[in-house]
Amino acid sequence: MSAAQNGHEHEPRKLTKKDFETDQAVRWCPGCGDYAILAQMQKVMPELGIPKEKIVFVSGIGCSSRFPYYMDTYGFHTIHGRAPAIATGLKLARPELSIWVVTGDGDALSIGGNHLIHTLRRNIDLKILLFNNKVYGLTKGQYSPTSEIGMKTKSSPAGSVARPFRTLSLALGAEATFVARAVDTEVQHLQEMISRMAVHKGTAFLEIYQNCPVFNDGVFDELKDRKTKSDHLLELEQGKPLVFGKNAESCVKLDTARMRLYVGKVAESDGGVDVVHDEANPDPGLAMLLARCTPPEFPTPIGVLRAVSEPTFEDQTLAQNQAAIAARGEGSLQELLYSGDRWDV
Amino acid sequence: MADQNGNADGHSDDGGASGRTRPIKQLDSVVIRFAGDSGDGMQLTGTEFTRTAALYGNDIATFPDFPAEIRAPAGSLAGVSGFQLQFSSNEIFTAGDAPEVLVAMNPAALRTNLPDLERGGLLIVNTGAFKAKNLELAGYTANPLEDGSVAAFRVVPIDFGKHVTAALHGAGLSTKEVSRTQNFFALGLLFWLYDREPARELDSIRKKFSKNPELGAANVKVFEAGYNLGETLELFESTYSVPPAKLGAGHYRNITGNEATALGLVAAGKLANLPVLYASYPITPASDVLHNLAGYARYGVTTFQAEDEIAAVSAAVGASFGGAIGVTGTSGPGFALKQEAIGLAVAVELPLVIVNVQRAGPSTGMPTKTEQADLLQAIVGRNGESPIAVIAPATPAECFDLAIQAVRLAVEHMCPVAYLSDGSLANGAEPWRLPAIEALEPINPGFRTEAEGFAPFLRDERLVRPWAIPGTPGLEHRIGGIEKEDVTGNISYDPENHEHMVRTRQAKIDKIADRLPPAQIDGPERGDVLIVGWGGTYGSLRQAALQLQREGNAVGHLHLRYLNPLQGNVGELLARYRRVVVAELNRGQLRSILRDKFLVDARGLNKIQGKPFKVREVVEAVRKLLPAGAAREMHA
Repeated sequence: MSAAQNGHEHEPRKLTKKDFETDQAVRWCPGCGDYAILAQMQKVMPELGIPKEKIVFVSGIGCSSRFPYYMDTYGFHTIHGRAPAIATGLKLARPELSIWVVTGDGDALSIGGNHLIHTLRRNIDLKILLFNNKVYGLTKGQYSPTSEIGMKTKSSPAGSVARPFRTLSLALGAEATFVARAVDTEVQHLQEMISRMAVHKGTAFLEIYQNCPVFNDGVFDELKDRKTKSDHLLELEQGKPLVFGKNAESCVKLDTARMRLYVGKVAESDGGVDVVHDEANPDPGLAMLLARCTPPEFPTPIGVLRAVSEPTFEDQTLAQNQAAIAARGEGSLQELLYSGDRWDV
Repeated sequence: MADQNGNADGHSDDGGASGRTRPIKQLDSVVIRFAGDSGDGMQLTGTEFTRTAALYGNDIATFPDFPAEIRAPAGSLAGVSGFQLQFSSNEIFTAGDAPEVLVAMNPAALRTNLPDLERGGLLIVNTGAFKAKNLELAGYTANPLEDGSVAAFRVVPIDFGKHVTAALHGAGLSTKEVSRTQNFFALGLLFWLYDREPARELDSIRKKFSKNPELGAANVKVFEAGYNLGETLELFESTYSVPPAKLGAGHYRNITGNEATALGLVAAGKLANLPVLYASYPITPASDVLHNLAGYARYGVTTFQAEDEIAAVSAAVGASFGGAIGVTGTSGPGFALKQEAIGLAVAVELPLVIVNVQRAGPSTGMPTKTEQADLLQAIVGRNGESPIAVIAPATPAECFDLAIQAVRLAVEHMCPVAYLSDGSLANGAEPWRLPAIEALEPINPGFRTEAEGFAPFLRDERLVRPWAIPGTPGLEHRIGGIEKEDVTGNISYDPENHEHMVRTRQAKIDKIADRLPPAQIDGPERGDVLIVGWGGTYGSLRQAALQLQREGNAVGHLHLRYLNPLQGNVGELLARYRRVVVAELNRGQLRSILRDKFLVDARGLNKIQGKPFKVREVVEAVRKLLPAGAAREMHA
């Protein structure tokens, strides 16, 4: 701890989970999925090799958005829905920082939907963690843009009638370059996803299914229950077939005639095509089909749906600025004011 | 050459540069208005004439007035675009109340602008456009050039179309291209009429059309045709000269408010030695600030065209958190959208500059028309007790100084600053005496780097918290919009702490007044009527006060650049005059503030028409407040 106190070590000290914990009492409800996500983040951070003063957590409003207060890095708890926009300004000003946006389904997909899609299409290097519990928690239980049709809440006593967003379809529709999904309780997998985001250059988008024990308890239970999860989770692995089930007996296949996926049996010839997962496919078509896989017809895919390399917004913007300087030199105040048509008196 | 044209008037060649044959009358100042379809290029014509006048050394002031529609139906009343300028050999403050010269390109332009033309004024009218369809579009049942409607004016009828067609015969241009050169024909004619040297303008045209030299050559040709027509036809009884103004010694350039705002923001970045992020969403009449700044990348400015107004201000706040100068620009409706994020900057105490180029509201209102109705929105337009600094430039050139000042206050006091320009400042132009670079005062960001004793909300004697930016080892901390404990910045719902924080944030803004120069009255120390104004009305109010003072009245003019906080001596200045009249292009927003703060019986002079004050309107209103018999010796 002495090194942390002096804070000016030239020799980078190996950081630990403890270095990322703050002295603030964590105030999520007992049993909230956010605890697990926080713990995995604090575990992964020291492994990234990034000095912690270069790490920033930016959040919006909602339960998940309290996250920055519990990470001992730079942090900014902002306003509802605007975290991606605020983080964009920060990244443009300070491209060398590692910037993580923490948001929820209401924050990112409802009030902040516009900022989310534009951030994704620009491919600015931000890491976006969307905690999806399919309900408004902090405002006490209204239906959210990811709530299932028919969900009864205080604001939808007869059941919600709006179709939910398929979050990953939305991200892919915005041409996001890194799109992944995790579940709060699959901690090893979650750590892996966070590590993958950290090294992706461009906007990295991770949807985390997170249980709200108060307003939507158990909504992801079949993905979590040891007895059922192997039948309901499809873990995507690069170069591997889309196989799932207790005995790896089921798989997701492609019906090429109708350009759709369906669930079939492994090694059973039924006219469909076996699919090998390729997250690096420049064409997002197959990733889009995977993003549309929802229960009960399909298992829920988790893992990286898409990871492709494209130029980032900040690199291109700064390159234009550099090109302007390279072409005509860095401008001085004298030059700025005393250029153009002048006359002297 | 003149003799060959059979000029038998007997006027001698005065030996001037252009070897002209008509007498040259010397004038102190002239007010010209160019009016035509939005597609006629009137803004360009006006801008070009203005530039030349400025380079010649005249004092100038301009008032472009155009519709929001990019191309309203050709020939319609809604599509009329105007550009008024005054150029003078004296110091002037406005583009003039009424034009003495009107160039009308079509019947619609005549109809909308003729009522403003002074009786006896010069009306140059493009007769070629006075055909049945255009007359009907303008709502004329008879040709006004023939039915006596223009009898009160000195009419110079010219068929522009005929002349440009003749001039460009064989140039290989389409009819449409030929027709679109008419504005340069008008410009050439005006150059002759006001004895302006054409050479520099011809260079400028060639430069402007460098990507299409054929069109450039055509415009040069029609400009010359216009110029020569003045010489050859006996349409004008004389030409005029307006000698250079006796401006103070220095280097000058012609500048609009939006250009000066952009330059001020760039300069502020240099003075603070910090990068500037200008984040904006396109909106009239603020977009030119974005356009200008986009061209200044090599001066340390990054521009970001955001997906919406909220994203723009949010990005600016994010940039400030990172230690850059975060600036966002907009107009009234966009300002309303930004308010929540401005409140965040209030709560987390980060620098932020919001450029609001005001326009007529509410809602979409009249986007291209000017108004000053966002003062209260700027001062109190957010939820909660949410004080910010508010400043307003008074003239186009002053936008440069006040933009720097906005950044200075934001950075040195860790607070948002609203900078209130308006449509008339934004597009209006005047000569700008360039400042000496070394006279510009540096801006001190004073980043915190020392970890020992650091707390995010530990304040200095001005109540300003440290600016500790990501990347600084040992200063990792969290900020947010939730109420926080003073000093530590930890989340706090403590009642006493909240009241303390609300009062502290207010006191921090109030303390800005300590550093401001005292406000000054133009006029006598004490007197009968003090005209108080702010922002872009400066020119009209100054001119009106001068006129009233010349008539012997004890009238003063106090123009406030600092609206929140007010300078420390404002209350005392108001008390020196028997009456106070607050002149604003709104229903009395500054007046309410002054009444509230100083219990002064301030009267209002208010105009909400999307137009600046006319000098005459101000003079007449103030006269009514003067004691009977005042300055009677002057009227006698």
